[in-house]
Amino acid sequence: MKKLILLLSLLVISTSVMAAEHVVLQKGKAFVENGAVVESLTLAVGDSIRFVNEDPYFHNIFSLSDLSTFDLGSFPQGDSRTVTFDKAGSVEIECAIHPEMYMEVTIQ
Amino acid sequence: MGKKIVSTNGLFCIAMVVMLGFSASAVADKSDYLMPDVAPAPKDNQTTTERIQLGKALFFDPRLSGSNWISCATCHNPALGWSDGLATAIGHGMHELARATPTILNTGFNKFQFWDGRARTLEEQAVGPIQAAGEMNQNMEELIDELSTIDGYKVLFEAAYPGEGISEETIGKALAAFQRTVVTTESTFDLWIKGDEDAITASAKRGFELFEGKGRCVICHSGFNFTDDGFHNLGLKEEVPDMGRYNVRKVAVLRGAFKTPTLRDVTLTAPYMHNGMYASMEEVIEHYDRGGDVKEHLSPNMAPLNLTKQEKVDLLAFMKSLDSIKPLEMTIPHLPQ
Repeated sequence: MKKLILLLSLLVISTSVMAAEHVVLQKGKAFVENGAVVESLTLAVGDSIRFVNEDPYFHNIFSLSDLSTFDLGSFPQGDSRTVTFDKAGSVEIECAIHPEMYMEVTIQ
Repeated sequence: MGKKIVSTNGLFCIAMVVMLGFSASAVADKSDYLMPDVAPAPKDNQTTTERIQLGKALFFDPRLSGSNWISCATCHNPALGWSDGLATAIGHGMHELARATPTILNTGFNKFQFWDGRARTLEEQAVGPIQAAGEMNQNMEELIDELSTIDGYKVLFEAAYPGEGISEETIGKALAAFQRTVVTTESTFDLWIKGDEDAITASAKRGFELFEGKGRCVICHSGFNFTDDGFHNLGLKEEVPDMGRYNVRKVAVLRGAFKTPTLRDVTLTAPYMHNGMYASMEEVIEHYDRGGDVKEHLSPNMAPLNLTKQEKVDLLAFMKSLDSIKPLEMTIPHLPQ
């Protein structure tokens, strides 16, 4: 029994270690990662994206995709919102206020 | 993991202007305010003389409507800033619409068309009002049949779109090609940002600083066309609230949100707002100074400004400096027979 608990614990730990958090900036009315504008990202199931607003006005994050529907609301400069992707597939993400801010996320 | 990277140069410039706009000093690099020479056209509808000529004929032709009485120019009247001077538009059967007629000046630069952005391209937008029951009330198949009996149009369509025929697609493309030529022309503000310090008054210069600073206008009215191509609820009083962009995207922040219009040639396009509720720019400035009236669903970017009387005068002086020195002149075409 102890071995089973240990095994499950290791499994949980290893899964959480594998899940990555991607930081995407909302900057200049664009999605930016590592200094470059991103229009698409490919993630692993369980990964998350933290959106950080670096513009001096409000941005929003939402998706109306079949795979995942969410509205993380609107938030000001310096604030962030995080979304985790639990299923494989593709998700379209926009800023509702500035719909030119658009990216496609593929979850594998 | 894998990602697609695109050029950041243009966006970086925009970001720089926006960020600098919140400092008290004037923007050092004003190049983002320079108008491009022409509006961009899609690969499958590059702008040509023949396409403009056809689109112009269609634009001014009342035979595009079900009644043969309303043309695109009825509401988008070049003598009225390519709008109609009315609070809200009047369509087929003298039906009063819920929204103001937006000017088509500089729509070739817009990323989204209509007040609620429901069309992405001018080609898609152009055929919408023709078929809308409350606007031009035309059956598209009947229109194609009607145009196909007019020899003059057969020649124009063949010259503009060889071998493509008369169709909803070519009608939309031609109208879009013409609309891309409906642009504002050089303003005194343009002369100023190109280096002519005497082109605008000291009041207008102060107004520009307010525009980018205390007035917070640049948050939405950004770039050369003075729009962020975004959607905002400005807190307007309406008897029957118009949900605007929310009807296109069911996202809470979009309740009552409408597209930011250009400010170029703004004094030619009164009245103002999506419902035309303000007759003058002075009223508009007062609205923003109050931070909007209806707080429910108000854009989070709206806040009271506490402008002084002189600051309001300066802000208006700046916006007047955006008017074309010589507004676009348009000759009315003889319609094909």
